[in-house]
Amino acid sequence: MDVRLAIGALFSILGAFLASFGIASDKALYERSLGVNINLEWGLVMLGFGLIMAILGRDRSRADVEPRTAAKDGSAGEREKTSRPGKQA
Amino acid sequence: MNLTLVDWIVMLVYFAFVLGIGFLLKRGVNTSTDFFLAGRAIPAWVCGLAFISANLGAQEVIGMAASGAKYGIATSHFYWIGAIPAMVFVGLFMMPFYYGSRARSVPEYLRLRFDEKTRGLNAISFATMTVFSSGISMYAMARLIQTLHIFDAPFQRMSLSPEWIFHVSVIFSAAIVLAYILLGGLSSAIYNEVLQFFLIVAGFVPLVWLGLKNVGGWYGITHRLPSGYTHSWSGMGSASTNRLGVEWFGLVMGLGFVLSFGYWCTDFLVVQRAMAADSMTAARRTPLIAAIPKMFFPFIVILPGLIAISLPTQTTATPGVSISDSRQAEAIGKGLIPPKIDERTGLPILDNNGNPVLDYDLAVPNMLLHYFPTGILGLGLTALLASFMSGMAGNVTAFNTVWTYDIYQSYIKSNADDVHYLVMGRLATVFGIALSVAAAYAAAHFNNIMDMLQLVFAFVNAPLFATFLLGMFWKRATGHGAFVGLLAGTASAAVHHGLTIPAGATPGIKGAWLGTLLNVYPSEMAQNFWTAIWAWSMCFVVTIVISLLTRPREEKELVGLVYSLTERQNDEHFPWYKRPIAFGVVVLVLTVTLNLLFW
Repeated sequence: MDVRLAIGALFSILGAFLASFGIASDKALYERSLGVNINLEWGLVMLGFGLIMAILGRDRSRADVEPRTAAKDGSAGEREKTSRPGKQA
Repeated sequence: MNLTLVDWIVMLVYFAFVLGIGFLLKRGVNTSTDFFLAGRAIPAWVCGLAFISANLGAQEVIGMAASGAKYGIATSHFYWIGAIPAMVFVGLFMMPFYYGSRARSVPEYLRLRFDEKTRGLNAISFATMTVFSSGISMYAMARLIQTLHIFDAPFQRMSLSPEWIFHVSVIFSAAIVLAYILLGGLSSAIYNEVLQFFLIVAGFVPLVWLGLKNVGGWYGITHRLPSGYTHSWSGMGSASTNRLGVEWFGLVMGLGFVLSFGYWCTDFLVVQRAMAADSMTAARRTPLIAAIPKMFFPFIVILPGLIAISLPTQTTATPGVSISDSRQAEAIGKGLIPPKIDERTGLPILDNNGNPVLDYDLAVPNMLLHYFPTGILGLGLTALLASFMSGMAGNVTAFNTVWTYDIYQSYIKSNADDVHYLVMGRLATVFGIALSVAAAYAAAHFNNIMDMLQLVFAFVNAPLFATFLLGMFWKRATGHGAFVGLLAGTASAAVHHGLTIPAGATPGIKGAWLGTLLNVYPSEMAQNFWTAIWAWSMCFVVTIVISLLTRPREEKELVGLVYSLTERQNDEHFPWYKRPIAFGVVVLVLTVTLNLLFW
C-alpha cells in the first residue's frame, strides 16, 4: 500500500466534509475566527492537498509494479548498492 | 467545551483511518523482520516523516508552545541548535554503521561493536524508559481530555459518572495504539506517524495563520512583547540577559552537542525509523529529509505560545477554570495563559513574590478554543490527540523490538524459530502497553516518583553519545571501556546534580541532595545542560582510559562497525542533488539562515 493513498483519502474526505459544513453553516459561527469562514477555506485547502496526494499515490502504485518485478529476476544483491528507482520520492 | 456532531465526525473519521491502516497492513506481516523493522522496505521520505513524527508527541506540541509563551522565540534553540545539527550528523556519519551492520536495534549495535554487558545495560534502561514515557504521554492525554471537558457532554448523556473520564481516556488511547501496532507492527506505526504528521500540520497551520492575522503578524508580536521574547541569540552572552537563564556555551555544548546528539543519534525510538528504510541511501537520507520540516516546526509549535501571551489578557476564557472569587480578580493570567489553580483550594497558586504562577501548558488548548469554531475545532483536537498517540506508539514499537531482540532473545530464549519471536513481539506489545497504563496511573497518584524517574533517565542518557562517538570513530575503544564509561558518566551526572541547585529552588528533587552545595545555577535549564556536559565528559575520559588499559578487539571483527575500518559510502553515481552530503549542506545553510533571521 502506498501511504499517499491513505493520506489522500483522509484529507479529501475531511476537507470535503469541512468545506461543505462551511458552506452550510451560519456566518455568526465565524466571529471567533476573525470573520474568516475557516471551515470552508481550510477544508478546500485540505481537499486540494488530499487529491494531489491521492493522484501521486495512484500513479506511483502503478509505476511500481514493473521495476519491482524486473529487479526480482536478476539482482537480489543489488538492493544494498542502489536504492530502487521506483521507491524514491 | 461544546463539541458538536461535526467535531465528533472529524475525530471518528480519523480514528477509522488509523485502524483501517492497521488492517490493510496486516497481510504484510509474516516474519519478525516485517513486524519489528517493517521488512526494511519503507521509502526514505516516509521514514523521514515518521522520524520526526515519533518525536512529535504531546511533549512537543503542548510543551513547545508552553516554552514559547514562557521563554519566547529562544525556544527555537531546541530545534535549530538542539536537533538539526545532530540529525545531519546521524544521517551522514552514523547511519552507515547502524544500517550497514545489519543490527536490528541500537542496543544490538552496541553488542556487535562492544560486548554483551554494554548492550544489556543500554537495552534494559531503554526498555524501562520507553514504557514510562509512553505512560506519561497517556497520562497527559487523559488529563488534557479532563481539563478541556471533551468527554463531559457524552458522559452526561450516557449518565456515566465524570470520574470515569480519566479511566476511559487511558483505556481508549491504549486500545487504539494496541490495535494498530498489533495488526501491522512497525509499518503500521510508521504509516500512522506519517498520517499524524500531516494531520498535526493541518490542525496547527490555520491556528497560527488566524493568530498571526489577529496580532498583526510577526511585526505585531515584536511590538506587543518585550524584545527578550522575539530574539533567539542577542541576549545569550550571559545567563542574566536572556529569558532561558543559560549562557551561550552551556546552551551550545549542553543542548546543542551532548543532549541533542545523545537523543537524535542514539535513541532507538527515532533510529528505528531510519533502520526500516529500503536501502542504505534511504536510511542515510531519512534524518536529512526529516530535518527540513523539523526546522520549520518552530513556526507551528512555538508561535501559538507567543501569540497566546501577546494577546490582551482574557478574564473568562479559561476552560474549566473560572475565577469567580472577586478577591482573586487581580490574580489573573497573561494573554490567553491562565494562572495555575491549586486543586484543593480552587485558588490561583502564587509564587514567592505574590504573582500568580501561569499554567503555560494550556497555551495550545486555549488558542484552539479561542480561534476555532466548531468543525475545524474537531480537526485541531484530532491533531492534538494524534500527537499524543504518535508519541505513545513510537515508544511502544521501540519497546517491543528491544524487549524481543535484546532482552528476550539474548537472555531468555535464544534459539527459537522466527515465528516464536513474532509471537513474542505481539505479546510484548500487549504487556508493554499494559505497563504503560500502569505507569500512567502511577503518574496520576505519585507525581514525585515520576519526576524522580525522569531525573534518573536523564542521568542514564546524558553520557550515551560519548560511548557511540568513541565506538564508531575510535577502533581502540573496548567493551570494558564503554561499560565502565557509561556507569561513570551516569554516576557523575547524579553527583553533579546532587551538588548543585538552580537559583530559588529548595534542595531535593531539584538538586543539592548530597548536602554540600558547590554551585548555584541561574536556572534549572542551565543546571540540566551542565549536568549533561559533566556526564558526557566523564564518560568520554573514562572510556578512553579504561580502553587503553584493556585488550583491544581484533580489527577484522570491527569491519563495518568502525569508521576507519569501513569502506566509505560511494554516492558518486547519484546526481549531486541526490547525495546525502548535498542534502546535509542545504539543511545546515537553511538552519544558519533561520538563526540569523531571528537573531
